[in-house]
Amino acid sequence: MKKSVLFGALTVTGLVAGAAQAATLDDVKERGELNCGVVTGLAGFGAPDANGVWEGFDVAVCRAVAAAVLGDPTAVNFVPTTGQTRFTALASGEIDMLARNTTWTFSRDTDLKFDFAGVNYYDGQGFIVPTALGVSSAKDLDGATVCIQTGTTTELNLADFFRNNNISYEPVPVETNAEAQQQYLAGACDAYTTDASGLAATRATFENPGEHVILPEIISKEPLGPLVRHGDNEWGDIVRWTLNALIAAEEFGVTSANVNELAAAPGTNPEVNRLLGTEGELGAMIGLENEWAKNAIAAGGNYGEIFEKNIGENTPIGLARGLNAQWTNGGLIYAPPFR
Amino acid sequence: MTTTSDAPKAGFRPSQLIYDTRYRSLTIQVIAFIALMLGLSWLVSNTIANLSALGKDFDFGFLGQRAGYDINQRLIEYDSASSHGRAALVGILNTLLIAVLGCALATVVGVLAGVLRLSKNWLVAKLMAVYVEGFRNIPVLLWILLVFALMTEATPQPRDFREGGDASMILGDTIAITNRGVFIPAPFWGAGAGILLAVFLVSLVAIFFWRRYAHRTQEQTGRILPIGWGTLGLLIVPTAVAFLALGMTSGRVTQPVLATGATEGMTLTDYAASQQTINACAVPFSTESLNLRRLMRSQEIRFNYVAVEDAAGALAALEAGNCNVLSLPASVDLATVPAGAVALSDTIRRGMPVEFERPVLGGFNFEGGLQLRNSLIALWLALSLYTGAFIAENVRGGILSVSKGQTEAAYALGIKPSRTMRLVILPQALRVIIPPMISQYLNLTKNSSLAIAVGYMDVRSTLGGITINQTGKELEGMLLLGLFYLVTSLVISSAMNLYNASVKLKER
Ligand SMILES: N[C@@H](CCC(=O)N[C@@H](CS)C(=O)NCC(=O)O)C(=O)O
Repeated sequence: MKKSVLFGALTVTGLVAGAAQAATLDDVKERGELNCGVVTGLAGFGAPDANGVWEGFDVAVCRAVAAAVLGDPTAVNFVPTTGQTRFTALASGEIDMLARNTTWTFSRDTDLKFDFAGVNYYDGQGFIVPTALGVSSAKDLDGATVCIQTGTTTELNLADFFRNNNISYEPVPVETNAEAQQQYLAGACDAYTTDASGLAATRATFENPGEHVILPEIISKEPLGPLVRHGDNEWGDIVRWTLNALIAAEEFGVTSANVNELAAAPGTNPEVNRLLGTEGELGAMIGLENEWAKNAIAAGGNYGEIFEKNIGENTPIGLARGLNAQWTNGGLIYAPPFR
Repeated sequence: MTTTSDAPKAGFRPSQLIYDTRYRSLTIQVIAFIALMLGLSWLVSNTIANLSALGKDFDFGFLGQRAGYDINQRLIEYDSASSHGRAALVGILNTLLIAVLGCALATVVGVLAGVLRLSKNWLVAKLMAVYVEGFRNIPVLLWILLVFALMTEATPQPRDFREGGDASMILGDTIAITNRGVFIPAPFWGAGAGILLAVFLVSLVAIFFWRRYAHRTQEQTGRILPIGWGTLGLLIVPTAVAFLALGMTSGRVTQPVLATGATEGMTLTDYAASQQTINACAVPFSTESLNLRRLMRSQEIRFNYVAVEDAAGALAALEAGNCNVLSLPASVDLATVPAGAVALSDTIRRGMPVEFERPVLGGFNFEGGLQLRNSLIALWLALSLYTGAFIAENVRGGILSVSKGQTEAAYALGIKPSRTMRLVILPQALRVIIPPMISQYLNLTKNSSLAIAVGYMDVRSTLGGITINQTGKELEGMLLLGLFYLVTSLVISSAMNLYNASVKLKER
């Protein structure tokens, strides 16, 4: 008797646990809010503004997904995560998706059981040093003290780089970008290393950005993108195609300014029509309203607009499109066809 | 009427399980046990189900995989090619280091503050009260961050120590306090270090017997021998004599520097110019390695350091081409040196049994010597001062628990106040002080996991931080971490309980 009770309990909890896993979409709809993991604060990529409203390049992805799923770009609960806490937060279901300059790697995709929805920024790891040190190459950093965020790919690249070049260094582990910045500016480390985009964003917040140089060496490939838990493919599709919609919108000239007009009636480009829901049933195929993509684009503009507004050349961060230009302009940003 | 005194022979009825006090407690226990087991099995099955829903398995294989990250403070050899298991071990040793250092300092601070708080000197007593209340009532994390911020913001950078900078080393250029830590001289062991250590150990034993003899003499004859001076003398004199004697024999002896591919009598500078890289084989923390390094440094030659086990290991590494420079004591038969290695014109001193290497300013940072990182210092000081405040209260309570009559009686006998404290009060107070002290030691050890706040690489940061993050093995990592803290705590409390048993009131 006892045994059967026990097995009964086992199967019931097994079922409950299994059911809790899937259907992130239903959870989000029921909650009326998207739980989105972001950075603790990195200018241009994700940080609360003076009014406490989250803004940034990665934050915009969260807003686009919320707009696509719930029709409301403000229905997002932003959960700040550090390099170390982000994966646990996602795996445990505390957040529905993570949009926090996270590098797509083999083991994160397979062993850690996540699914990357694409790449929203092609990056690489660099070093920043005070100009006063007179260092012109990362290979001159023999014996230097280097600040590094723990729980990142950059930590592993750093170890490999110094090992391969047969030079020594002293790592100073820090938790967040803000801490790293403080340590670096206090001179507790000679150099700070992380994704080059993050370095540019960090330098932009310095009092005297001109006193610091980003060294020419880029020591790794860091394709950064949003990710979801492995296993809930429907939800993964939604995040993936929302990102693709933003990218395709730039390619086809759909902007936050003209998206409402274009979505009002079918136009001449059938792919734009399908994207904006004036033709076909793409929204229904992923379990969303037909104007999902229209809402996503209206939230913060297309990929190019988001880039220019948050981190582009006219912002203090001042990043050029470079690899992150559309494929039609010789970059790597490319959305598969909407059909 | 059924008023027989005999209990009814009706036997056992199920209702007795509830109404009969003899069985009721048993019933409740069985039910509670079943509920507990069900709860546990629910937890376990839920975990298993959730893990499999995530597609994760439960295994500890990750401990054998390559860790890939570097750790700055290592008490054992470790690099990024070592395994996650080894990284965990490095972290464990760092945790134990901070626990031992912290408990020791907290005890000293706590006992002093506790005794002084009872001082008749108003100022001292009040100062101690401020210390205790200040530290007891502010979270330890704040203290850790505060000390760390002080250490990084208020101290000079290494480059300020360069000529023209406004910082300088202290204590005769032996110690440098920088915003990356405190650099102190490091000991290196040379020929005869073993003998020196043996002499030192023997004098410790001698001290033990001397004190016992002095006590017995005092008990039997009342004659007071100079315990303190005798102890001090025994501690220093034999070791110092041995050091000087050994130093005379080996200190000035020179030995050759051998290099492969050199011509006989070449100078080190010329040889270095002829080679692409200089890889020097040396036994870590031996005076030979120190003197080789000093030689290189004096000629401004950059070289890589290849650590080897001993002279034989050095020869093997030379043979294999892993290094091209080494130095060997004259006692090694030069015939065993592989062909191609010849002596340069430079020689090095064999060295004293112990020599100290001073930190010197290198390219970016101080090199050589021992670096006590700011994270270590911040964690150590903050934890010790915080826990010390609690210990002070335990000590004060313990002392107050000894009746005042004891002190008065001692004074009446003409015993000095310091002796009264040491011989009369403290021994009685200890049995009150020790038990709460155990939990303070446990607290300190567990609080050391706040290390992450200042980037100290303890086991929580290696195994429980980076390793979990890189491998995604949260459950396994946390279980191991919990197990480690559990075992450590149990070991500490059983050791302290043993000590407690030896000081507690013995009833005969
Ligand atoms: N791309 C790397 C590093 C990501 C990372 O930690 N970046 C830093 C600096 S660019 C960051 O976002 N910090 C913000 C924070 O601390 O919250 C990874 O995925 O491991």
